[in-house]
Amino acid sequence: MSLLERESSDVVMTPDNIRSQKLHPGLNVGIAVGALVVGLALAYGFGIGNYVLGVVLGVVFYLVGLQIVAGRIEGRRAARDRMWKALIYSACVLAILPLASVVWTLVSKGVDRLDGDFFGSSMNNIGARDPNGGAYHAIIGTLEQVGIATLMAVPLGVLGAIYLVEYGRGKFATTVRFFVDVMTGIPSIVAGLFVLSFWVLIVSPWFNNGTPRFSGFAASLALTVLMLPTIVRSTEEMLRLVPGPLREGAYALGVPQWKTILKVVIPTALPGIVTGVMLAVARAAGETAPVLLVAGGAAAINFDPFAGGQQSLSLFVYQQAGDASRYAPARAWTAALTLVAIVLILTVAAKLLARRNSLSK
Amino acid sequence: MGDNPSGSDNATAGDLGVTGRHARGAGTGVAPGSYEEPPFGGGGALPKKTRFGMEAGFRGLSVAAGAMVLVIIVAIAVFLISKAVPALSANTENFLTYKSWFPNETEPKFGIAVLAFGTVLTSIIALLVAVPIALGIALFLSHYAPKRLATPLGFVIDLLAAVPSVVFGLWGRDVFMEPVRNFSAWLNEYFSWIPIFGGDGPFGRSVLLGSLVLAIMVLPIVTSLSREVFMQTPGMNEEAALALGATKWEMVRTAVLPYGKPGVIAAVMLGLGRALGETIALALTLGVVFNISFNIIENGGNSIAANIANSFGEANETGRGALIASGLVLFAITLVVNMAARAIIYRRREFRDSAA
Repeated sequence: MSLLERESSDVVMTPDNIRSQKLHPGLNVGIAVGALVVGLALAYGFGIGNYVLGVVLGVVFYLVGLQIVAGRIEGRRAARDRMWKALIYSACVLAILPLASVVWTLVSKGVDRLDGDFFGSSMNNIGARDPNGGAYHAIIGTLEQVGIATLMAVPLGVLGAIYLVEYGRGKFATTVRFFVDVMTGIPSIVAGLFVLSFWVLIVSPWFNNGTPRFSGFAASLALTVLMLPTIVRSTEEMLRLVPGPLREGAYALGVPQWKTILKVVIPTALPGIVTGVMLAVARAAGETAPVLLVAGGAAAINFDPFAGGQQSLSLFVYQQAGDASRYAPARAWTAALTLVAIVLILTVAAKLLARRNSLSK
Repeated sequence: MGDNPSGSDNATAGDLGVTGRHARGAGTGVAPGSYEEPPFGGGGALPKKTRFGMEAGFRGLSVAAGAMVLVIIVAIAVFLISKAVPALSANTENFLTYKSWFPNETEPKFGIAVLAFGTVLTSIIALLVAVPIALGIALFLSHYAPKRLATPLGFVIDLLAAVPSVVFGLWGRDVFMEPVRNFSAWLNEYFSWIPIFGGDGPFGRSVLLGSLVLAIMVLPIVTSLSREVFMQTPGMNEEAALALGATKWEMVRTAVLPYGKPGVIAAVMLGLGRALGETIALALTLGVVFNISFNIIENGGNSIAANIANSFGEANETGRGALIASGLVLFAITLVVNMAARAIIYRRREFRDSAA
């Protein structure tokens, strides 16, 4: 005779009540609906707010009601568990709302000026009353600035990561590593001010008969400062994932270390490195503050990144947003849509590449 | 991350005492050139250790690239100081306590007090809003969501991090301002007895709007770092809690949260660093007023970074120097915050290796 089946008058536990009771899902939904109705009724009945307040009150009532009802049926601890679960789920919903709103606004407001004129013309000679005008010059500027910045930051960043993983031992390597991490947190406007005081105000007068000059290249320098730590960090992570035996195999064949790094380690980690670079490029393309400080911004097309002010897409958005013309907001939103499209395509491509990467599994 | 084959630091391929001659395991990356004496067999064919070969050159190049990071950070401080000092010495008021910004006059007067206060106020409100939500999402992604939902949702959060700040600024000014204005008016109607909700308008382009936009922007950073940390909770700790009869939330509270605490603190500080330095979104959403006020719903508010973006256009040489001086203050603040955050992360090796 098993323990559970034994009859005894003073033992309260029986097979019927040893299993705790569960809150019925229908009751859960019922509490939610009831709370929402009460919340809306309170908000509208007393005239103290609109449906948003109603929903907020509803959520509060739902949490309280759940606590009471579940506390009766399942016990206090289980009720608390349910309450936290509900809170955590609602945090998620709360975070999705702004993103959905941003995407919706971008698309609905951005399509107004999504025409050939926008991508084929600049803002040269466009006055406050002209409805046309475009971002051709800004797209050129963004591509050139980000391209030059990538050319500078990638070799530097990859070499830095090679140092950290392959050569770096001891205190100096730890220090470098620490400051790479710290550098990721440098505000973009500080990078812009640095290039302003270093390149625009001190170095550029040497090339320009003594007068400081804005240029797209200065923006590239600032973007390099911002991209460098990201690239070092992601490359470092990828290099660390390269299996040790691969290196050892090369050493065993008598290959010197530098050749091992270039011919074995880097090719193995390449997809991961490319992913990191693409994410850094996406971030750099969206930076506004440094470009505002050092590239100057220009209304006309300027292909030369070394001479004269240059526009960039993000700066174009900012300038159009502050423009008094009633046609400016449409241009700003279309430029923002273009910018987000570029950034998101890069990001999504990078993530897909990362998913196919066999190292980071 | 004990099971992660990260790096060759602990690869034991050469550590098994095969030859007894190797001072270090082959896995630690010993260059063939650094063997003291040639091994038996075909060792004589190994290249001789050269002083100025490709090996030394490549190593030097990579060391230089690594040192470049330190050089850049020092250079930022040096050049900012060099441009800030002339403006600071031309300043006729106390830089730390004066509450206005007129650096372009013939008698330059400017002070950082209002800007620093506004920067800290917006960042703190943004964190108060963002951190609980971010921790909720991080817990959802790491412990509550089914895997099929967690992966795309994590992806969406990463996309949120990728959206440029100017887009958030534009959205905050053109779209989000309306609901915030209504909300401010509502707060003012029913809670005006609380000083921070007082005043009599106009509402809208306020500290509240700037902080909420900022909160949306720091959300992804705090979320992704906390998620990483929560995911690293040892499975044994969680199982032990569950085996003792803990509910899921009790498991999270007793096993996951204490384990992740240093990581969460660091994540919050990194979010703070980002919030302090955010420029364009605040330049577009704050009402740019030079006064120290705790009222968060009336038009107003200002920050160091937003002020740089807003007043750079009309700045003369002293004006630029003044802006650079304020940028130097911002650099110092963010440097301290970031270094503190990283120091916390570095105390736990398993956090350091994964923290993005």
